[in-house]
Amino acid sequence: MKYMLLIYGNEDCWTEEERESCMIESMAISKELESQGKWCAASPLQSISTATSVRVRDGKQQIVDGPFAETTEQLGGYYIIDVDDLDEAIAIAARLPPSKKGTVEIRPLAPLPEVATPEKDTTASMDS
Amino acid sequence: MTSRKSVVVHPDEIDRIYRNDSRKVYATLVRLLGDFDLAEEVMHDAFSAAVQKWPVEGIPGNPVSWLVSTARFKAVDMIRRRKRLAELHPELTRRVAELESLNGSPAGLEIQDDRLRLIFTCCHPAIDPKVQVPLTLREVCGLSTEEIARAFLVPSSTMAQRIVRGKAKIRKAGISFSIPSLTELPNRLDAVLSVIYLVFNEGYSASSGETLTRSHLSDEAIRLARLLLELLPHAEVSGLLALMLLHESRRDARTDDQGDIVLLEDQDRSRWNRGHIAEGQQLVEQSLRTGLAGTYTIQAAISAIHAEAPTSEETDWAQIVALYDVLLRFGENPIVELNRAVAVAMRDGVEFGLEIVDRLLLQETIEQYYLAHSARGEFLRRIGRHAEAIESFEKAASLAKQTPEIRFLQKKIAAVRSISKPT
Repeated sequence: MKYMLLIYGNEDCWTEEERESCMIESMAISKELESQGKWCAASPLQSISTATSVRVRDGKQQIVDGPFAETTEQLGGYYIIDVDDLDEAIAIAARLPPSKKGTVEIRPLAPLPEVATPEKDTTASMDS
Repeated sequence: MTSRKSVVVHPDEIDRIYRNDSRKVYATLVRLLGDFDLAEEVMHDAFSAAVQKWPVEGIPGNPVSWLVSTARFKAVDMIRRRKRLAELHPELTRRVAELESLNGSPAGLEIQDDRLRLIFTCCHPAIDPKVQVPLTLREVCGLSTEEIARAFLVPSSTMAQRIVRGKAKIRKAGISFSIPSLTELPNRLDAVLSVIYLVFNEGYSASSGETLTRSHLSDEAIRLARLLLELLPHAEVSGLLALMLLHESRRDARTDDQGDIVLLEDQDRSRWNRGHIAEGQQLVEQSLRTGLAGTYTIQAAISAIHAEAPTSEETDWAQIVALYDVLLRFGENPIVELNRAVAVAMRDGVEFGLEIVDRLLLQETIEQYYLAHSARGEFLRRIGRHAEAIESFEKAASLAKQTPEIRFLQKKIAAVRSISKPT
């Protein structure tokens, strides 16, 4: 079962040194998960000061500087993992260094409905 | 599935198996299928098959195992037939293969543990605490949504929503059907204990209806606590088991032949179950010695003091008041304060108890609690304020939900009326 771990925290609560050791520890956890076939993707995000928000209303693009919502804790990174159940996801989330300063939100990925997609075999056979 | 054509199966017998074993069957099916709704559906199918087959073939040697096996076959059929269901729950298709390999062999004896497994699932901390208890009562104990709603004083529709929300969270968030590891176990225990105690209380004093006690539910709660104690010898598990056993010891004495309530002070103490009392006392002592005793153990200790007193008058009320004080240190609780008021009245005099109850009745939750008015009525009766006593008993009767409780209060009212009537 796939889960996204969303890393929330106050961007200002880390010193440079702490940030670096957090990255090193997180990368080690990612490597370990990858070797067990439990890792799908992960990345830290740039600060919210770099965020751009886009909305389309009545056919018009609205482009705004800044994140979706101004909050005390911001989304600072994510992991996508593939594990047995919620308990395993919780155990991994609890090992991530940001869980000690901020919050790790665990969200199961929703399965996509199995609809025929116009690609690969089907389109290829139709073309020929 | 040996057939014994000579055996006549009484329909009551299948009813009895349904009552006693359907939740065990269900818990095992939930583990095997990983889906509440599918488990419920195939369990009912299996019982329907039993109703048709057993009268002809006889009841199988291990009915639970027969029901699990039959339901398992039906589940495989159903998953296959409903392609859409399989699309919605891709993990179900994966289970078909597992199930088919299992279907070759009869259901094993691992059934006992499945209910405990299911309790830990329903009490998972990732589920809203407001949802954990009703979900367990519904899924593990098989109470109806209506009964649970009454026990929690909320509308049935609200309770139904909570249960649906809980089941959806388990399914969508991938909460497993497993017993937590030893390191997680203590954290997960509190919710489980409160659920077991609520189940016991539901059985000891059903929230409404004709029958005051439903011993089956209480037996279930005691059984679950024993199983839990075996798995996790924690002080509060002993405390809870002791508390339930000590209450249970008075089951026969707390109602008379007509099913009417007999108060603790009027009970025939020779009818108390000495075996339960001895076991309860031993568990309380065991738990107190650990130094880790919590609210269940303290409540059990109070119950144990009642159990060892030869009469109500000879009860060590001072120690009971002291234990209620300890209990209140764990957190404010108006119902504990009400019980303490009764103990204070016994220790110091009725006026002192009445003063506390009057203060408590200013709180909205207590104002709706029939026992508070009943206690007030009893205090007033004892000091001869008859008109006010009748008023309190009448208020209590209007709030009480069970027939025996209402009858008890009506008798009280009649008794006070007959004394106060001017001659």
